[in-house]
Amino acid sequence: MRIPCPFCGLRDSSEFVTIGEASMSRPPADAPEAQIFDYVYLRDNPAGVNQELWYHAQGCRSWLKVARDTRTHEIESAVLARGGAQ
Amino acid sequence: MRYSIFSLARNALGGHKGWTPTWRDAEPKQAYDILIIGGGGHGLATAYYLAKEHGLTNVAVLEKSWIGSGNVGRNTTIVRSNYMLPENIRFYEWSMKLWEGLEQDFNYNAMVSQRGVLNLYHSDGQRDAFARRGNAMRLSGVDAELLDREQVRRMLPFLNFDDARFPIQGGLLQRRGGTVRHDAVAWGYARGASDRGVDIVQNCEVKGFVVENGRVAGVETSRGKIHAKKIGIAVAGNSSRVAAMAGLRLPIESHVLQAFVSEGLKPLIPNVITFGAGHFYISQSDKGGLVFGGDLDGYKSYAQRGNLPVVQDVCEGGMAIMPMIGRLRLLRGWGGIMDMTMDGSPIIDKTPIEGLYLNAGWCYGGFKATPAAGWCFAHLIARDEPFPAASAFRLDRFARGAILDEKGQGAQPNLH
Ligand SMILES: Cc1cc2nc3c(=O)[nH]c(=O)nc-3n(C[C@H](O)[C@H](O)[C@H](O)COP(=O)(O)OP(=O)(O)OC[C@H]3O[C@@H](n4cnc5c(N)ncnc54)[C@H](O)[C@@H]3O)c2cc1C
Ligand SMILES: [Zn+2]
Repeated sequence: MRIPCPFCGLRDSSEFVTIGEASMSRPPADAPEAQIFDYVYLRDNPAGVNQELWYHAQGCRSWLKVARDTRTHEIESAVLARGGAQ
Repeated sequence: MRYSIFSLARNALGGHKGWTPTWRDAEPKQAYDILIIGGGGHGLATAYYLAKEHGLTNVAVLEKSWIGSGNVGRNTTIVRSNYMLPENIRFYEWSMKLWEGLEQDFNYNAMVSQRGVLNLYHSDGQRDAFARRGNAMRLSGVDAELLDREQVRRMLPFLNFDDARFPIQGGLLQRRGGTVRHDAVAWGYARGASDRGVDIVQNCEVKGFVVENGRVAGVETSRGKIHAKKIGIAVAGNSSRVAAMAGLRLPIESHVLQAFVSEGLKPLIPNVITFGAGHFYISQSDKGGLVFGGDLDGYKSYAQRGNLPVVQDVCEGGMAIMPMIGRLRLLRGWGGIMDMTMDGSPIIDKTPIEGLYLNAGWCYGGFKATPAAGWCFAHLIARDEPFPAASAFRLDRFARGAILDEKGQGAQPNLH
């Protein structure tokens, strides 16, 4: 599996780490507990193309938003997470 | 047919023409009292104990492929109860006790082999952590022995004790741990359930639930609609997908775990050995192949195959503790899909939908759980109350803050 980093080009996935689904967004600090529980613990875990956050730890150290198919490991796109669409 | 020395002799005299199929490949009926989704180890064990312990036999196991095609046929067959948290110890020790009597119980040779599981330690800090775990086990009545370097050397003289970075200082040994022939576990439970009247239905994929007034009433499958009063989900790596059909979101991510087997060798490795400074564990199958594996690939997957960096990482771990395996050829490598929970511990519970029960989140350690998971899930479905050994494996523990995080990693499934 190789990830097309916008800075570094096509790089082996072992240079990256992922923290999972990019659809998660941290609720405000005063959000109700149920909403925080949802953010911390529940996942869609879809079979198919999904948006994930990957960190190029052994490269440019950018956070990327990667569209990847969990059934085939095929990667459709990778863009910078910051400034990219939420 | 009951298997015994006499049935073997009788069939040998008859030229082995009298054997009947081990279990019945059933056609689905239109309705059952209970449906179990997933014909892996857990689903089949659940059906077996429903029939045997609770007398419930109007039951079907629905499997989308063939039974044993999932993780029960892909794991590295290790069984052990060397946990630290009391809730996990009591459950896995109950499972170990069931393993110890399983072959007599279901009259099938599952090759239960208590050859011992040895976790190596490589630093003072790790020794202290292992001593603590061993003490926690012994306080709960589970066997554990802390070995020093010389004791390990006497057992396994071929290990690389003086690796420059990770010298072997000793190990934590559970002698009652070991390996079990995984396919035989699926077949033995299938046979025991089938003989008691349970229908095992293959090539039957569940595609949706029929829910009426907040209660399950049946499932839509690739072989038509099937009605049932109670439904248990036991689909391992596919838990999120199946639960989503009932509108549930789970505290689970699906990840791929790989394993490998070498060409066959004469007896070499007498027990299960794990490397404490990296991700590598190994045992030898009765056919002679070395069976080994390591860490998750680390990203979500439903592909049942992994990538090369983990292959390299596992082999490096192997070379660090037993350089002698460097010239072996690999026969096969494969992957299975793990339902990794947010705290690394499993779920056996009711769901918010009445009549729908969930057995999920077994991470990479659910094979050893098979007998107890089946036992406890059957108890929950039959009586609508948890079996004590599994009463902590609640679905709502995350919301309550009562997580069971054996490793202390937090809500990051690929780190458990
Ligand atoms: C490489 C590897 C090594 C492992 N090593 C160990 C080990 O050494 N020790 C240990 O304790 N554990 C180990 N495990 C984990 C263990 O194998 C699993 O936790 C356990 O097998 C899961 O339970 P199961 O047997 O019921 O799963 P499975 O056998 O996967 O059963 C689930 C079944 O559900 C079916 N299914 C899925 N969706 C549907 C649907 N919609 N309709 C109908 N059926 C469906 C699947 O086809 C599958 O047959 C390992 C796993 C892997 C992959
Ligand atoms: Zn980069």
